[in-house]
Formats: sequence, structure tokens, C-alpha cells
Amino acid sequence: MTTPHVLSAYEGALKTSMGQCFPGERTVFRGHDLHAGLKGLDWMELYVFGITGMRFTPAQVELLHALWTCTSYPDARLWNNRVAALAGSARSTATLAIAAGIAASEATIFGWQPVMNVADFLLRARAEREAGAALPEVVARELARHKHIGGYGRPVATLQVDERIPFLQDLMARLGLPAGPCLELAFAVEAELLATGRALRMNYAPVLAAIPLDLGLSLRQLHLFVTPCLMAGMPPCHLEAAERPPGATFAMRCERIAYSGAAPREWPES
Amino acid sequence: MKDPFSDTINSRLWQEQATPGNPFAAEVCRASGYDVYGDLLGKASYVEYLYLLFKRERPAPQLARAFQILAIALANPGPRDPSVHAAMATGASGTPAAASLIAALGCGAGSYGGGREVLLAMQAFEQRGTDLAAWTEALADPPVPTRTQVWPEPQQPAGFETYSSASARPTRQTLALLAATLPDGRCAWLEQQRAALEAAAGHGLAMTAVSAAALLDLGFCPDEGEMLSLLLRLPGAAAHALEQKQQGFRQFPFFHLDLQDDPKRAQP
Repeated sequence: MTTPHVLSAYEGALKTSMGQCFPGERTVFRGHDLHAGLKGLDWMELYVFGITGMRFTPAQVELLHALWTCTSYPDARLWNNRVAALAGSARSTATLAIAAGIAASEATIFGWQPVMNVADFLLRARAEREAGAALPEVVARELARHKHIGGYGRPVATLQVDERIPFLQDLMARLGLPAGPCLELAFAVEAELLATGRALRMNYAPVLAAIPLDLGLSLRQLHLFVTPCLMAGMPPCHLEAAERPPGATFAMRCERIAYSGAAPREWPES
Repeated sequence: MKDPFSDTINSRLWQEQATPGNPFAAEVCRASGYDVYGDLLGKASYVEYLYLLFKRERPAPQLARAFQILAIALANPGPRDPSVHAAMATGASGTPAAASLIAALGCGAGSYGGGREVLLAMQAFEQRGTDLAAWTEALADPPVPTRTQVWPEPQQPAGFETYSSASARPTRQTLALLAATLPDGRCAWLEQQRAALEAAAGHGLAMTAVSAAALLDLGFCPDEGEMLSLLLRLPGAAAHALEQKQQGFRQFPFFHLDLQDDPKRAQP
């Protein structure tokens, strides 16, 4: 007798605990009626509820909002915003522009790869600290293993204090929300790096990672939480590009390509 | 503050000569020295040009033939593949064409049969070469990741089937042809050692391993291989998306859900 294929059990109706739309009647969202039980939730509350199944206090929701709003920079030079702007310049659709811009936010030098790296480090470092390891030892081990710690240093302003950090610290004080263990650790790591002669100021990534982790999000939940985080900066860049003449955003003449490849040659007949 | 960024696009691949009187229109475009529209066009095949763009050199005839075999093998994973399914969902619902390709790329990028798996399989080949003992050891005791990344951890060894202990016939057919075309490389080794590798992994060899071996034999690095594997899967996605667009959404499966926590059902 042959063993049934694993996927055989997944044919037919898709089992789900996340939700279903009953057109003309109602929609279930994680076990609640979207238009009754979840009535009144703002978009952020619904978004993080969809990710985590958890509900947050109004102060926590305001802080989560601020994590997004304080990093919405309508600067068309920034790589992800540039994608949205170029889509406008090329007369593509708004949705394609924003979708491409969001995809471009999962970058290495900014965006979600450093956030995930530092979030993963903070969780491991917190566990090591709780197990009794000293911070200098934890930081040194991480540098030896991964060469650098994502979230420390900034591609466009290496030595300045990241302007978003004091903004959020002020907001947390106003909301009466204390720094949690991951956020405290993020600052302690910065101090350790500076104390050991590495001029790597903390950028926004450790804060963006630490606050949701302190609110109970897992790494994968954090990834989903940050995904739309830079989106608000994109529509202005896209719109303005769409208002300029076609191709006029970051216009470049031929000579702006600095070529350093092979000399002219002929393709032989085959 | 000194601007640390370049004012120009630096390229070893592409050169443009402006049209007299119009600095924004190119009169001559050269790809790695070849005049694309004045010489190469009409002489080079599509895969030769594709190879040139990535490697900045013409492929030898044997490599061009192998590249063409791979391009055709990867062009259509079929409508049950997640990337093609995603493209069809967009086609059936009438999105712009670009959304179909974005959907196909997003769903064809991962470590279950996608570009990420090709990259990981190429990296595995780079580390283990054609040393069967190294492969057997790594498959028996896979390296534990030292940190979480944006990519989910693969649930099977890169280059092997997730659910089957045997390789699929199209995989074996593709491998046989590539091994015959590239008799001195990794494809030939993979064909010779397929049974031993499958026994060590407990999984059949997948098309991603064949792609990885072929891409390395062609001289591509893992980053280039990942990009090419994504690019080469798009024709099928596009064709299936257009087919579903023509047929309309009612001819396309909408499936059924089995909601586990319906609050209405929970009420007495």
C-alpha cells in the first residue's frame, strides 16, 4: 500500500482561523465580526490585530502609529521612494509604484534587513544577558560571528544622532510608556560600541525593532508590522513625478553613464 | 558636508553615445563593447545576448546551447506552481500586466522551489564542490543558521524535493540533457551522483539543484543565478495569466474555506 501524499490532506476546503468574507452578510476577521466586534478599530489597531491577534492599549497604538509616521520621509532620492517616483515619471499606475516601493524597502543598507538583523540580535542578546553574560562579551561575540550589528551606523549620516530617536523618546515619556528591555538593551549596545571605539551611532532600526518586540511581537510579526512603515513617504514622490513631464524625474543625459568596460568590438558572424 | 555619492552611473556593461543635438537620446548603445543596434542585433541569439548582459562576454557555443536548454526548462513551471498560480489570479481578476509578473516574482522568489532555493543550492555547490563526502556530511548534519533573516528558514535541503524521495521525470530529463551538453561540469557530476545524493538527503533531487548546477557550469555566481532563475520563470506565468484573463474569473478556481472560528457558529 502506498502512503498518502502529505499534500492530499490539504486538498479541498482550506482550513483557516484567520477569516472569511460572506458577501452581503458579514466578514469574520480572526474570530470576530469585522463590522460589529471590531467596529471602531483604526487601521493600525486592525493591522496589528491581524498580525498578532493581540489588542493594544490606546497609548501603545499611538506609539505604534508614531513608529511609522516619524519615518515617512517624502525624499525622492531615497532608494525606495525613488522607485515610486520613477514609476510616476514613467507614467505607471499608483498601485504598481507603491507596491514596487514597498518591495524596495526590504533592503540591506536600510529598511527591513537591518531591522530583522538587529531584532534577532536583541532577542538573542537579551536571552544571553538574562543567562548572566556581560554586555561587552555579548557584543564582542556578535561582532566576531557576524562582523557587524545591523542598525548601528547610517548610510547617509554616520555620526549624528538619528532624529527619530529623541522624537520617540519624548512621545514615550508623554504617553507614560517606559522603555522595555529590548529598547534599553539597544541603547546599551550603542554605548558599548562607542565605548570600544566604534563610531557607530544607533540608527532607527534598533528602535523600530525594539519597541514592537517589547510589546510582545515575534520576529516574523515584527517583519509584517514594519512592511508598510515607509509607505507614506512614497505617494508625494510619485505624485510630483507624475506632474513633471514624462521622464523628467532624475533626468540624465547619455554622458552621465561612466563606462569602464570592454573597448568597441564586433560580434562575429556565426 | 562632502557628498559621498557618485554623480554618474558607473557601468562596465553599458555605454551610450549621444545623438548630435540631443544629449538625452542615444545614437549608439554598446553592451560590453558590442554595438547592440548597429551590429549585434540580427547576429546574436536571445540567450547569447542575455549571457552577454550578465557576464559581459559572448558565451561559447556549448554554453549558449546549455543556457537555452535551461531557459526552456525553467520557462513554465506549470499552472499549479505558486508563482504561476499567483500570476493567473491576477490575470483572472484583470489587473495590469505588470501585477501578474510582480505576483509571479513574489511567489517564485522563495526557498520552496523559487529563486532563494536556487541561490542556496548554488552556495551549497560552491562550498561542497563535487565532493560526495562533503555533500553527504552536510545533508546528514545541516548547518544551523546563526540568525534569523527576512527569508523564512527552508524546510528541506536546498535543491531537493520537499515531499518526495524521488526526483521528478522532467528534472531527470533536463539534467540528462544538460549533463550531455556540459560533460565536464557539475551537471554531469550531479547526474552521476543523483542516487547517492538522494539517498543521503532522503529527498529526490529537485529542478532547483539542476538549475544551480547548470548556472554554475555556465559561469554565473549565486546572485546572478538567483536573478536569472526569477527572470526565466516569467514566460509561463505571463502566458497563463493571459489565458485566465481571456477565460474570465468564473472559469478560474475560487476554492472553498473551512472557517474554524466562526463566531456565529460558536453561538449556542
